[in-house]
Amino acid sequence: MSGRMGAAVGTVWRHRLFWPVLILVVLLLSNLIFTPSFFSVEMRNGHLYGSLIDIARFGAPLVLVALGMTLVIATGGIDLSVGAVVAISGALACLWISKQPDQNAVVGVLVAVGLALLLSLVLGVWNGFLVAAVGIQPIIATLILMVAGRGLAQLITDGQIITINSSPYKLIGGGYLFGLPFSILLALVMTLLAVLFTRRTALGMLIEAVGSNAEASRLSGIRSRRYTLLVYVFCALCAGIAGLMVSSNVSSADGNKAGLLIELDAILAVVIGGTLLTGGRFSLGGTVVGALIIQALSTTIYTIGVPPQTTLVFKAIVVTVVCLIQSPAFRAKFSRRGRPGRADPPARSVQQKVEVPA
Amino acid sequence: MLRRATAVLLAGLVVASLSACGGDEGDSGGAKDEKITLGFSQVGAESGWRTANTTSIQDAAKAAGIDLKFSDAQQKQENQIKAIRSFIQQRVDVIAFSPVVESGWDTVLKEAKDNNIPVILTDRAVDSKDTSLYKTFIGSDFVLEGKKAGEWLVEEYKDSTDQVNIAELQGTTGSAPAIDRKQGFTEVIGADPKFKIIASQTGDFTRAGGKEVMEAFLKAHKDIDVLYAHNDDMGLGALEAIEGAGLTPGKDIKIVTVDAVRDGMKALADGKFNYIVECSPLLGPQLMELVKKVDAGETVPERVVTEETTFTQEQAKAALPERQY
Repeated sequence: MSGRMGAAVGTVWRHRLFWPVLILVVLLLSNLIFTPSFFSVEMRNGHLYGSLIDIARFGAPLVLVALGMTLVIATGGIDLSVGAVVAISGALACLWISKQPDQNAVVGVLVAVGLALLLSLVLGVWNGFLVAAVGIQPIIATLILMVAGRGLAQLITDGQIITINSSPYKLIGGGYLFGLPFSILLALVMTLLAVLFTRRTALGMLIEAVGSNAEASRLSGIRSRRYTLLVYVFCALCAGIAGLMVSSNVSSADGNKAGLLIELDAILAVVIGGTLLTGGRFSLGGTVVGALIIQALSTTIYTIGVPPQTTLVFKAIVVTVVCLIQSPAFRAKFSRRGRPGRADPPARSVQQKVEVPA
Repeated sequence: MLRRATAVLLAGLVVASLSACGGDEGDSGGAKDEKITLGFSQVGAESGWRTANTTSIQDAAKAAGIDLKFSDAQQKQENQIKAIRSFIQQRVDVIAFSPVVESGWDTVLKEAKDNNIPVILTDRAVDSKDTSLYKTFIGSDFVLEGKKAGEWLVEEYKDSTDQVNIAELQGTTGSAPAIDRKQGFTEVIGADPKFKIIASQTGDFTRAGGKEVMEAFLKAHKDIDVLYAHNDDMGLGALEAIEGAGLTPGKDIKIVTVDAVRDGMKALADGKFNYIVECSPLLGPQLMELVKKVDAGETVPERVVTEETTFTQEQAKAALPERQY
């Protein structure tokens, strides 16, 4: 009996999500010291209200962007242009709605959303084309759109902040459905879809194959270019939806600052979630937890009142600790030093390419 | 084949964009007639505020009969230095510019001085030790703006003896407006111990930042009386957070902000904000006055503060229809 229990605990301990989830829980619990009511969730004005809801709600765009980023990173690539795509998508949608005679018309909003997502797809195809067909290194290929995309977003908004007043559009990022924030539902649906397509079909394995060795997978009959293109398009689509959320949340499009540096947060979320930057195996669940950790960290900083001047140092320290804790190599070294003779089984450390990410 | 074609296409794009950058030197002025020539280098067009600033300068130059050579630096210091050098080569009469950053201007300003072209700084200062490099600095006094916000608060709560809990949304950490607006505000309210800033975070001058931080404030502190936001945009973001918490902005939580852009003025007229301290971009006419004086060799004060006002809800209602930005 106790043996089985021990085995179960061991499995939990070994699970790749164990450390990220533990970190998230510790981060949330540490808030209780400063704000005893941190975990309270109540109904207010007919919708859920509380710090935990805030974390999920404001984390939703990051979750989306990081999902796309995970698949791109799984193929051994990286997409730096997601922040620009966030800005462009929001800008186009808000511009379209602002030109409508009736901003509350559902049809107009749907067209705006459709146009914005279509443009995001085109931008994704552009990135995928540069990487898969032209053969430019991903970091350079997506850097082009990262820089030029901001300009494009400013071109769309004419350098201004476009303010709109549209309740259907407001739903996407700031509204509620059955008392639940719509953005959380949207992020949840996208996550489930991504998991379904990568884990219930061969797609995930093929992406991992491309990431492990693109040439070898091509020689074994996988059309690796096609999958590379696909992940960049999916990543841009996710960023596009995130862009709609960000702009909808504040009913305005800011070409300059919307989604600024979100690419770095997304990469961090992927890394914290346990996906290696070298490509190959990936964990969508880990990425979602990673994104929530980053958002929980921001909310924690605001809630406990870390002075703005020290915010970045505080974040850096926490992120460094998080990255070290979830690195198997570091843990192995640490536990070996602390308790000699109880090192991880060698088979496991060989299987996972042990590296300290980031 | 495809790869080569794409490479050619990309190279073509690069060349096209390069020539586009270098193309707008404009026809060289230098005709030394009665008309004063002013070379002006703007930061960029990053906000409605900045665009209004540009328009004000262009209109005022036209009205004052000054020949304006306008250059947009697109947020890059090297563009601005290039523009100033080109103004020197064109031998304009006066150079004015809003520095993108504070430091690194000594060399190019020295070149202007050696060529006897007076320089006026607008809106933002430089940190050069040698103040003889420029004639004057015209722009808003951010400390004064903070003080005005504080004075309104003191006046608003003069009959109350209870503690007043203030939440503050700061601008981008380290930026001059954020530092100065905080300093001016705390100086004024610091005189009375009943005013207490219970939460203060940066919202990066953006609506999204203001909303996110305010959401967290509302959960951590149940007793916020006043919100002081360093600009309208953060205040507008916070407004949504306050409404989402089932509170009435302007009543349950009073809001005072700085800037007075149109969206902010609308919120003020609707009674959702309580007070706005203006940070006016319309310094064109004052700038042209200075340009004329400097060109005529008259002495001008080293620091000129933009003419600015404050708005209550009633004043906002009256001023809103003709708000330019």
